[in-house]
Amino acid sequence: MSTPFYVSPEQLMKDKADYARKGIARGRAVVVLAYAGGIVFASENPSRALHKISEIYDRVAFAAVGKYNEFENLRVGGVRYADLRGYSYDRSDVTARGLANVYAQTLGTIFTTESKPYEVELVVAEVGATPAADQIYRLTYDGSVADEHGFVAMGGSAEQIGAKLGERWSEGLDLGAALRLAVEALGSDAAAEAAGGGPRAIGPEQLEVAILDRTRTRRTFRRLTGPVLAAALSAPTGG
Amino acid sequence: MTSDPSGRLPAAYLVPGSSSFSEFVREHAPDLLPARRLAGAPAPAPAGAGERAPHGTTIVAATFDGGDGGGGVVMAGDRRATAGNLIAQRDIEKVFQADEHSCVGIAGTAGLAIEMVRLFQVELEHYEKIEGALLSFEGKANRLSTMIRGNLGLAMQGLAVVPLFAGMDLALGRGRIFSYDVTGGRYEELHHHSVGSGSVFARGALKKLWRPGLDADGAVRVAVEALWDAADDDSATGGPDLVRRIWPVVAVVTAEGFRRVGEEELEAVVTDVVARRHGDPGGSRALLRAQDGGESA
Repeated sequence: MSTPFYVSPEQLMKDKADYARKGIARGRAVVVLAYAGGIVFASENPSRALHKISEIYDRVAFAAVGKYNEFENLRVGGVRYADLRGYSYDRSDVTARGLANVYAQTLGTIFTTESKPYEVELVVAEVGATPAADQIYRLTYDGSVADEHGFVAMGGSAEQIGAKLGERWSEGLDLGAALRLAVEALGSDAAAEAAGGGPRAIGPEQLEVAILDRTRTRRTFRRLTGPVLAAALSAPTGG
Repeated sequence: MTSDPSGRLPAAYLVPGSSSFSEFVREHAPDLLPARRLAGAPAPAPAGAGERAPHGTTIVAATFDGGDGGGGVVMAGDRRATAGNLIAQRDIEKVFQADEHSCVGIAGTAGLAIEMVRLFQVELEHYEKIEGALLSFEGKANRLSTMIRGNLGLAMQGLAVVPLFAGMDLALGRGRIFSYDVTGGRYEELHHHSVGSGSVFARGALKKLWRPGLDADGAVRVAVEALWDAADDDSATGGPDLVRRIWPVVAVVTAEGFRRVGEEELEAVVTDVVARRHGDPGGSRALLRAQDGGESA
C-alpha cells in the first residue's frame, strides 16, 4: 500500500471551488430584479420545458444556473420542503429565509463531504407586502448565502451583466422598464463585449421570464410568455 | 415534521421520482396524514364517535353550458354543521377551491373532511409545481379517490368523508362532476348531483329545475333553490339565515377559473328565492314559470 499524497485542506477546497465556478460560468446567465410591483426573473433560455426559474410557494420563487440535474434536484427538494411546511403549519409560515437556510446547509454539506461539489448557483426570492419587504437571497455552490438588495446576476458573464444592472437599476422601476433592463443586461455579456457595438438583441422567444406579482393573492408566481411577454416588453414606461 | 439535525434537506427530499405530495408525506411524515392523525384512537371507535364529531351536510353541484358561450359548473353548500341533534356551527364552509379549475365540497365528518381537502389542495398544487404541467381532470378525480380509500378504516367506525368533486375539464371544454362512496369508488354524474343528509330532497329539486342551456346565473339560482328544498325537509341542512345574513357558499368554475360568488350577488338571489316562496312554499313552479316567460330570475 502506498501512502496517499498529503493535500492541504486549503488546496482541496480551492480545487473544488475552482471546479464548481468553472462549471457555473459555462452556462447562460439568469438575472433577478426587484421592481415596483414585485420581483422579475429573466434568463436567455430557448427551452420551453427545461426551466431555470420556478415557483416554490405562494410568495417564493427559485432561479438557478449551472448543472440542470443538480439544481432540479434542489428545486424539487425545496418544493417538498415548502409544501410540507405549509401543510403542517400554515401557508404564511413558508419563507424565503427558511428555504435559503436549508439550501445553504445542503449545499455546504455537499461541498465539504462529497468529492464533487454541486455546480450550481441559486436565488431564492420572496415578494413582500411592500417593496421594502422583498427578499432576495443568493446561494453559491459552497453554501454561502448573501442577502442581495435590488438585483442579482449569476451564471456566465455574471460580472459584466451585474455591472450593467448596477449602473442602471434603481428602486421603483415599473415592469416594462425592469424587463427591458433585464434583457439589455443579459445581452451585455462577454461575447457582446468582445464583439463591441453594444448589447446583443434577444427576442422574446429566446427568453424565459417569470414574475412574483405583489398584487396577486395567494400564488403570486406567474410566467410571462408569448404575446403577454412581448406586450410587457414594449409597454411604455409609466404605463 | 422530521428534519435532519444538520439543518440540510433530508435525503428523501432530494430523491427524484414521485410528484405526489400525499405519497411523499406517507413515506416521510405519515403522522400528518388525516387518517393517521387519529391512529391513537381506540379501535373500534367508542360508540357514538360519529355522532359526537361535527358533520357537514348538503352539497349540490350542477353543470351549465349555455348563455354567454363557455360552459362550466356551479357548486353550492349550506352552512350548517351538526353534532347529533345539535347545531355545531352555523357558518361552516364546505365548498373549497381545489385548484384554478376545480372545486370540492364535503359531507360527512367535518374535521377529517377539511383536513382531506387541505391535503388534496396541496396535492394538486404540488404536482403542478414539480411537473410544470396541470394534472388531467380524471387524474385529479383519481387522486381524491385514493385519499378517500386511505380513510376507509375510519369510515367503517362511523367517521366517513364523502366529497363531491366538480370542475372544468379543459381538455373536453365542459364542466364535470364526480361523486364518491366511502370505499373510494368514483362515479361521474351527468348534469347535476348532490351529497349529504339533505341530498335526497336537493336531488329532487335539481331534477325538476335543471335544464340544458342554463347559464351560470341560472345554475346558481337552481343550486340555491335546491339547497332551500333540502333545508326545508332535512333538519341537518341549514337554510339561508336572513337574520345573521349567512348565505350558502356558492362557487362557479369556468374556463377562466374558479370564482366564489360574492355576498351581495348571493344576497340578491337568496332574497328573491325567499320572496317568491312567500305564500307559495313549493317555489319551483315560480322559477319554472319565470323561465318559460324568458324572464331571467
